[in-house]
Amino acid sequence: MAKVLVIAEHDGATLNPSTAKCVSCARAIPGGEVTVAVCAADATAVAQQAARLQGVHRVLKIEDPANEHPLAAVLAPQLVQAAAGFSHVLGPSTTYGKDLLPRLAALLDAPQVSDIMAVEGARCFRRPIYAGNVILTVEVDESAPVIVGTVRTASFQAAAAGGTALIESFRPTSKLPTHTRFVGVSQAKTDRPDLQTARRVVSGGRALGSAQGFEILYRLAEKLGAAVGASRAAVDAGYVPNEMQVGQTGKIIAPELYVAVGISGAIQHLTGIKDARTIVAINKDPEAPIFEVADIGLVGDLFEIVPQMEKLLS
Amino acid sequence: MGDNPMRRILVGIKRVVDYNVRVRVKADGNGVAVDGVKMSINPFDEIALEEALRIRERGAADEVVVASLGTTECQQQLRTALAMGADRALWVDTSAVPSGPLGLEPLTIARALLALVRREQPLMVILGKQAIDEDNSQTGPMLAALWDRPQATFASKIELSGERAKVLREVDAGLQTLEVELPAVFTTDLRLNEPRYVKLPDIMKAKKKPLDTIPLSSLEVDARPRIKPVRFEPPPQRQKGIRVSDAGELVAALRQKGLL
Repeated sequence: MAKVLVIAEHDGATLNPSTAKCVSCARAIPGGEVTVAVCAADATAVAQQAARLQGVHRVLKIEDPANEHPLAAVLAPQLVQAAAGFSHVLGPSTTYGKDLLPRLAALLDAPQVSDIMAVEGARCFRRPIYAGNVILTVEVDESAPVIVGTVRTASFQAAAAGGTALIESFRPTSKLPTHTRFVGVSQAKTDRPDLQTARRVVSGGRALGSAQGFEILYRLAEKLGAAVGASRAAVDAGYVPNEMQVGQTGKIIAPELYVAVGISGAIQHLTGIKDARTIVAINKDPEAPIFEVADIGLVGDLFEIVPQMEKLLS
Repeated sequence: MGDNPMRRILVGIKRVVDYNVRVRVKADGNGVAVDGVKMSINPFDEIALEEALRIRERGAADEVVVASLGTTECQQQLRTALAMGADRALWVDTSAVPSGPLGLEPLTIARALLALVRREQPLMVILGKQAIDEDNSQTGPMLAALWDRPQATFASKIELSGERAKVLREVDAGLQTLEVELPAVFTTDLRLNEPRYVKLPDIMKAKKKPLDTIPLSSLEVDARPRIKPVRFEPPPQRQKGIRVSDAGELVAALRQKGLL
């Protein structure tokens, strides 16, 4: 039987939605019994949220004052002990998971399968390579003591609520390093939905022309209840902060509606929106590659179209 | 680290299909067609090298050593790295390892890099956050784990002060600041810097710089693969969409699809 340990991502108070998607991936492993590990200074609230996810069998609280901030070097040695007896260890393919899971895999002497987009068997997984231009199916050898994987969250539905898992404490005995210190994190405060999990996303490219140009997108997004994203070109031009970047090197998202405004559609951007249900493209260049993937295309001046849309939605 | 007179930075260099090449799956599904396509230094590794060079140019390091694992062709990328300004190169020759459609696994690469770290005693190891071919994004943290040293992944700013580094990291929530003790492993994000262009005279000079060959077998690294490729496929294509002619039609189409 497969025993799957899912490493929860959270901010100390709230479970990140990526965890519910990892649970769905874990449940897709034949015979998978799912345990969620929550590392925190005080894991009570997050553990309760994890316990309510359908399909979760058990939640392990791993509490230590050193776990207040997610430092891979601090968490990995504790999770090595927690992972004993598991056949799989999964985490989200977010910056949190991509930082932590390989460190854990090395300590476990385990191979890692990155960006799992589908489970074909207990040892067989599909994943994108070459920026999503190739889909690779891999099989992990039986000699691997445990399989470590990061889960491409855009490829899985979130596990629903309604579970009642047991919550237990796990106390690792590992000595924790002090060579890494969390100083702080800065993020733009916004009332808009979170880009990674929003059902609707409006994104802008370099054609917006300036930080001010993005204002028309913010207004449209407000009408749509949408999050706002951006192309790498817009981020590099300094119009918006980097956490708004959508694409291979930014966020990979799967909203129901994605509206690309003034985005030409470089491969690296398209990689980030492949799983969007409906893609709308607004661009003045009828030859822009974004139109090749758009479900609805509109050729024209974004500075006219976007305010018109906003008015029509009022 | 005070007992090491040479402040050295080790940079990993991977030879990959150039990022401008649109790769295709081989007709038999057994790999990616790479014959005859342009090969380059992995762009994130170029950023890693640029950062190392800038640190040396600021006087905070004495020597930049580049290392690559691969067959004889990867010496081209090492020569390019030397032309960019690295002082010397280490080629870990993997010719004796049976080659398949996938490269060496990240854990194998991390173990080989650890063996180089033991020899070179670097103050910093700077690697790309991922290689743009297999997109694994694993080697940096794996090396840091095996070395039992700090890691600062997805770095967009690195400031050295004495035996510490303050690093700005691009995380999903925004920008995180970490402080790590040296030696440590760093992986680069796009906005860390813009790599310099190689000038012709530097290419000539690079030919005289030292490039040592180290057989992978001499590092006593287990290179047996544990992840086997089953098949390679092109991604599913999206259905052809419709065109609308103005904002009104667009909003109507969205309403019709039940999206508003």
